[in-house]
Amino acid sequence: MSHFSPYFGEFGGTFVPEILVPALDQLTAAFENALEDDSFKAELGALLKHYAGRPTPLYEATHLSPNPLVRIFLKREDLLHGGAHKTNQVLAQALLTKRMGKNEIIAETGAGQHGVATAMVAAMMGMKARIYMGAKDCERQQPNVYRMKLMGAEVIPVHAGSGTLKDAVNEALRDWAANYDTAHYLLGTAAGPHPFPHLVREFQRIIGAEAKAQMIEAIGRLPDAAIACVGGGSNAIGLFADFIDEKDVELIGVEPGGEGVETGKHGAPIYMAKEGILHGMKSYLMQDEDGQVEESHSISAGLDYPAVGPQHAYLAKTGRAQYVPINDDEAIEGFKALCRSEGIIPAIESSHALAYALKRAKAASKEEVLLVNLSGRGDKDLNTIMKLEGLL
Amino acid sequence: MSLYQSLFERLRAKKEGAFIPFLTLGDPDLDTSFELLCTLVENGADALELGVPFSDPVADGPTIQAATLRALASGTTPKKALALVRRLKDKYPEIPVGLLTYANLVFAAGIDQFYLDAKAAGVDSVLVADVPIKESAPFVKAAKAAKVAPVMIAPPNASEATLKAVAQLSEGYVYLVSRAGVTGTETAAGKPLGHIIDTLKRYQSAPVVLGFGIAEPEQVKAALAAGCAGAISGSAAVKAAEQGPEQLAAFSASMKAASR
Repeated sequence: MSHFSPYFGEFGGTFVPEILVPALDQLTAAFENALEDDSFKAELGALLKHYAGRPTPLYEATHLSPNPLVRIFLKREDLLHGGAHKTNQVLAQALLTKRMGKNEIIAETGAGQHGVATAMVAAMMGMKARIYMGAKDCERQQPNVYRMKLMGAEVIPVHAGSGTLKDAVNEALRDWAANYDTAHYLLGTAAGPHPFPHLVREFQRIIGAEAKAQMIEAIGRLPDAAIACVGGGSNAIGLFADFIDEKDVELIGVEPGGEGVETGKHGAPIYMAKEGILHGMKSYLMQDEDGQVEESHSISAGLDYPAVGPQHAYLAKTGRAQYVPINDDEAIEGFKALCRSEGIIPAIESSHALAYALKRAKAASKEEVLLVNLSGRGDKDLNTIMKLEGLL
Repeated sequence: MSLYQSLFERLRAKKEGAFIPFLTLGDPDLDTSFELLCTLVENGADALELGVPFSDPVADGPTIQAATLRALASGTTPKKALALVRRLKDKYPEIPVGLLTYANLVFAAGIDQFYLDAKAAGVDSVLVADVPIKESAPFVKAAKAAKVAPVMIAPPNASEATLKAVAQLSEGYVYLVSRAGVTGTETAAGKPLGHIIDTLKRYQSAPVVLGFGIAEPEQVKAALAAGCAGAISGSAAVKAAEQGPEQLAAFSASMKAASR
């Protein structure tokens, strides 16, 4: 009997061609079995510690905070091996791949962070990896394409549709439908069909669990708000998971507002709140009135996705978490502020969360402690920033 | 009696199988699409399977995906696609027409409303490519309420329990998928799946029709020899249509000839 319902309220489910159902059932069984298996936990724990570099530090960004009343703490997932939180759950899914007797990994990637983590772990475990990436994203994230290739992964550019993450997911699903016998689809975020939203959350939960203990050690209490950026939503759900039952902690997800939610050029499906079905799940989805999926837009390739993980849709609808848009230019300001004040170059994804924290801190009139998940480092985004500055 | 039932009975009496070609509605535009569909009917198609173009057709391979993009680019909406079906059914009221669509198009219209609209357009069956048995309840319920046949897919890797559910829920016909993967002729159809056909029949399913990778008359013969009641050909039909109405007519006629 399964531990997890495929649904979060009305969101979630298993909307895939029938042929993929047995592969998802197999994955569900392997996942739930692994959660109760001490040898799996020991093996994953050792890899997280010695390969990935956990625990990551919690750092108080005293120079960043624009208001002495507000303390801002950063959970430093950018210091993880690979440069982003993605390594956490990729290690876990790679172990599951082995447990299912498979030796090939199919993955999709937007900014390349998930692709890099997948390539890295596949190399380390001696597995083959095929990574689908939108042609437009290959262009904006060339260093990551090169990293993946260095580590032996096959990178397949996807030209269909908008040439971004959404289309890479479509191609990965097609590959999986043909090759499920030998290949695992190592989905990169807390979205997709059941069991992926649960699976990715459980293996990213470590972010919030560590941060919680570290906050108590640092200030003797929990933060007033936990803040993370949301594309598909894996770093955010990882941060939130252990705080959901802590009703005094506000949960804030930051969606990419792109050029402004009023312009239509954004990637903020929760803000739009239109329910739909894509990539195996019922969730919030950017779409026209006929149900054709719209292209999302964000300066951050990693957030450029027209849907969102179903648990976020549920947390938004029930009011447990708030979701706010941050525009491209605000994110860039957040990016620069952290570089200058703390000597940390954040991913543009994480800069959305930082920008919200800065905005909130500037407006604060009472003492407040903010916990921001610094989900990844920004080296991969230097091309984007240099182009904006006219340096490339 | 539904059009599918009378079709399959008629064919059985003649010891023939059904040839069911697929095209995407509105590819490359609505008027050309209408002419192409008429060409199929005039050249032996026993029933039609018609795709409603969706922006993210994950169950389809490159040929049908390209057809979908052409249809969308020429402004085909689900409403216009249904109007095209209506036009076709007004001309050929006896030919069974199945829709192939994706969950979000049904959901966006409102599940119940979608099936009512389909019925009003003359649609006989609806297959939703990304709705497996475990999510099918509201879709099947709405289909039955609107008197549209819900068609379910039987894949080659299905468990006995899935096949039983497919047999119980699917009306009109059962879509047997010949192999793993997405639609297309890039990968040939797999070997006929005798044990799956037997299981479906044991559970008294609607007639079983084989699809995925069916491009040659020989494959139609093989499907019928294995116990299928017919064969669906999608990507090959789309490719023939790309070459023009004469090529599509010749393709349809040769595939139908193989079903006799």
